[in-house]
Amino acid sequence: MVTLHVNGKARQADVPPDTPLLWTLRDVLGLTGTKYGCGMALCGACTVHVDGQPVRSCITPISAVGQAKITTIEAIGEDRVGKAVQAAWVEVGVPQCGYCQPGQIMSATALLKRTPKPTDADINTAMSGNICRCGTYTRIRAAIHRAAS
Amino acid sequence: MKAPLDSMNSAPSDAPPDSPPQFANVSRRGFLVGMSALGGLVLAVGFPAASRAEDKPKYGADGMADGWVDDPLAFVSIGEDGTVTIVVHRSEMGQGVRTSMAMIVADELEADWKRVRVVQAPGDQKRFGNQDTDGSRSTRHFFGPMRRVGAAARTMLETAAAARWNVPVSEVEARNHEVVHRPSGRRLGYGELAYDASKLPVPPRETLRLKDPSQFRYIGKGDVKLIDGPDIVSGKAQYGIDTRLPGMLYAVVARPPVYEGRVVKYDATEALRVPGVVRVVEIESSQPPAQFNPLGGVAVIARNTSAAIKGREALKIEWEDGPNRGYDSATYKAMLEELARKPGKVVRNEGDVDAAMARAARRYEAEYYVPHHAHATMEPPAATVRIVDGKCEAWAGIQSPQTARDLIAKRLGMPVENVTVNVTLLGGGFGRKSKPDFMLEAAVLSKAMGGAPVKVTWTREDDLRNSYYHTVSFQHLEAGLDAQGKPIAWLHRTAAPTIMSTFDANAKNQAAFELGMTAINMPFVIPNVRIEDPEVPAQTRIGWFRSVSNIPHAFAVQSFVAELAAAAGQDPKDFLLALLGPPRRIDTRKQGDTWNYGESPERYVVDTGRLRGVVETAAREAGWGKTLPKGGGQGVAVAYSFVTYVAAVVQVAVDDTGELSVPRVDIAVDCGAQINPDRVRSQLEGACIMGLTLATGAEITYKAGRVVQNNYGDYEVLRMAAAPREIRVHMVPGNFDEPLGGVGEPGVPPIAPALCNAIFAATGKRIRSLPIHDQLKTA
Repeated sequence: MVTLHVNGKARQADVPPDTPLLWTLRDVLGLTGTKYGCGMALCGACTVHVDGQPVRSCITPISAVGQAKITTIEAIGEDRVGKAVQAAWVEVGVPQCGYCQPGQIMSATALLKRTPKPTDADINTAMSGNICRCGTYTRIRAAIHRAAS
Repeated sequence: MKAPLDSMNSAPSDAPPDSPPQFANVSRRGFLVGMSALGGLVLAVGFPAASRAEDKPKYGADGMADGWVDDPLAFVSIGEDGTVTIVVHRSEMGQGVRTSMAMIVADELEADWKRVRVVQAPGDQKRFGNQDTDGSRSTRHFFGPMRRVGAAARTMLETAAAARWNVPVSEVEARNHEVVHRPSGRRLGYGELAYDASKLPVPPRETLRLKDPSQFRYIGKGDVKLIDGPDIVSGKAQYGIDTRLPGMLYAVVARPPVYEGRVVKYDATEALRVPGVVRVVEIESSQPPAQFNPLGGVAVIARNTSAAIKGREALKIEWEDGPNRGYDSATYKAMLEELARKPGKVVRNEGDVDAAMARAARRYEAEYYVPHHAHATMEPPAATVRIVDGKCEAWAGIQSPQTARDLIAKRLGMPVENVTVNVTLLGGGFGRKSKPDFMLEAAVLSKAMGGAPVKVTWTREDDLRNSYYHTVSFQHLEAGLDAQGKPIAWLHRTAAPTIMSTFDANAKNQAAFELGMTAINMPFVIPNVRIEDPEVPAQTRIGWFRSVSNIPHAFAVQSFVAELAAAAGQDPKDFLLALLGPPRRIDTRKQGDTWNYGESPERYVVDTGRLRGVVETAAREAGWGKTLPKGGGQGVAVAYSFVTYVAAVVQVAVDDTGELSVPRVDIAVDCGAQINPDRVRSQLEGACIMGLTLATGAEITYKAGRVVQNNYGDYEVLRMAAAPREIRVHMVPGNFDEPLGGVGEPGVPPIAPALCNAIFAATGKRIRSLPIHDQLKTA
């Protein structure tokens, strides 16, 4: 039994320690907002924050998380920056299918917490690990600038 | 009063049930009478329903399996609190259909959008009409029926109010969720009228008063936000992969690495030792042709997805690779090349191409290659099925819920009525999720587990290696130019395995719907034309991919036009306009096209004036011919597809090392009237990105019968840094009296050729084989 600190709560998971955080969140804890996309940290759909840092949960075994604080898309709206990012996403009409957007929002929130006024180059660096197959990139960029202002 | 919508929650039943309130105590009345029977099952997806030779041809929604339904009782309910619940029967995969369909109903209903909620229909075409969400058809087929749904419900509310006040119905009017008695100013809210309205008969279709477009509140306005937006950004949105049921098991499947391969034997000992693994089950391989059957293989069923994946890694399986074990993309390309250089089946023949070529001042030829692609939807295929008391319930993001339902029933040997297919949001579709093979896997596994709920998840590797692939295409084009550089002869040979091979092992020629995508319906003013379709054997599972055969055909045709312009020493945009000729309306039947996207050739002609219009708009907005920095260039391309006209001007920059970037793309679209302009815009933006992915990095290749690519590392889809900084979508104003065009797909075809034409303008280098990869690299 492993104890994880997820969205401000201690949660128990009865899975082997090498289980990826992604599947622990989704299958064991029922937090399905964090998405599977590739399993190899190639697409960013699974991005969560661990102690405020964006982390690809699909390659992060729960043993590596320890007592660190995990924040998922379900709770990012409790954060001032996260809430602004979500609002900008709705306002700009970013999502198409929406599946990758939790990961995009987690990456964008991490960027804005680090760099409140990101340049286009900052956005390229921070967001190029997140794939959107629907192709919403121009709106993601616009929404990040909007959330920053 | 029992609400009609109780069975329509796409959320699993351990979630709080929606409780759509009353309006319609629906006895199903007689509305099914006269609806066409289910068409050829296998062909139900993507094709108009099969018709007998003596039948009059049916077009549009009339031609689709189960046609359309405009009964308000099937689509609308209103609660006593005034909440309007609208059923959307088409699948949401990012095109915004849950918003747009509901918006159409709400507009005619005079509903206040803030008080509208949307419920997703389960697969039930008798009740809702055709649900195959493909072919860019939802809005163009259901704009009319959904308007009538809203208008009929509005009329019922008005009638109920008039009766309550005992006044003539002509004195009352629905306005923004209320009915108003004009002479007295009295008002009644929709909630107050819902019960009375539900007792009234549905007004006959021909008596309905539709709004004048000037009265639209939401249609065409673009200020309605996505209905699912707040759920998406907060992680609450439910996709197929997110389904959770009590006692649910998680499965992954080891499928044959070679198409039509099968399991010889397997050893599950190690797999069963993996903590969390519950059972290992073989899925019988399907006999060719594949159709929508599971590919077969060995499933590992576990307590969570991670354990299932680890269990699968521990399986020892001996495969028999079968007839496609030698499939090799390089060899296959050489075969296609050979086929495209020899005469093939003539599918369009006008004038005398050989004679015109012989007298041409110049002859020009070029060949183009477009590889296989996989849809690579961000949500891979995933489905959950449980079987309780002889009834099966399934959840998935599926584009063809009725087909899924029929096939699950057949596979499980139960009546169709006993199968419920709940449609979740789709994390991308692009045609992959038109094929319910993954749902059948879940059905087979649930049955093997005694009906326990089983969720099958495809990993990304599964998705790329066992897809229904976009065809691979090699095309040979020849033109004869007169002394002024004007084309007088056109030969186009298109060699590509057909989608029909997935349904008929003997199919070797492209179907009408493939040739009718920018090959046979070539609209240029050229007197001598021959289009040929050589026989090509397929060696993998070919399927629909967003924009389908328009992708290779538009790439070849629109690249070739720019090559001819260069050969003639003319501006490519002017040359393209000259080829399109003066505005005229082409009946594509006269070109040998029996398809025209299933639409009436009278209602939907190919209008070269509209083709010219989008070219001119895109060129004007892009500042065609403007001075660009060193390494810059612009390219143009146009395509008619899904009865919509799209032109793109791509601007590129290529540096000294051959590094390509795309600073800006201008897209002009003429799809007729735009119902939800912001979603039209977003579809065109997304299609641009998908077109750039097709052109630049991604391809699926085979070696020794196996797909080479594994994941997003080697199937390279476009990312933020490589995306254009600006994608400007310019919409040609439409008229609501004219038939609508498609939106989801038509944006893709012009992008790759416009890009390669821009690269030529910038560098003088002509790309004829996709993807570009490092073809531009100089170092």
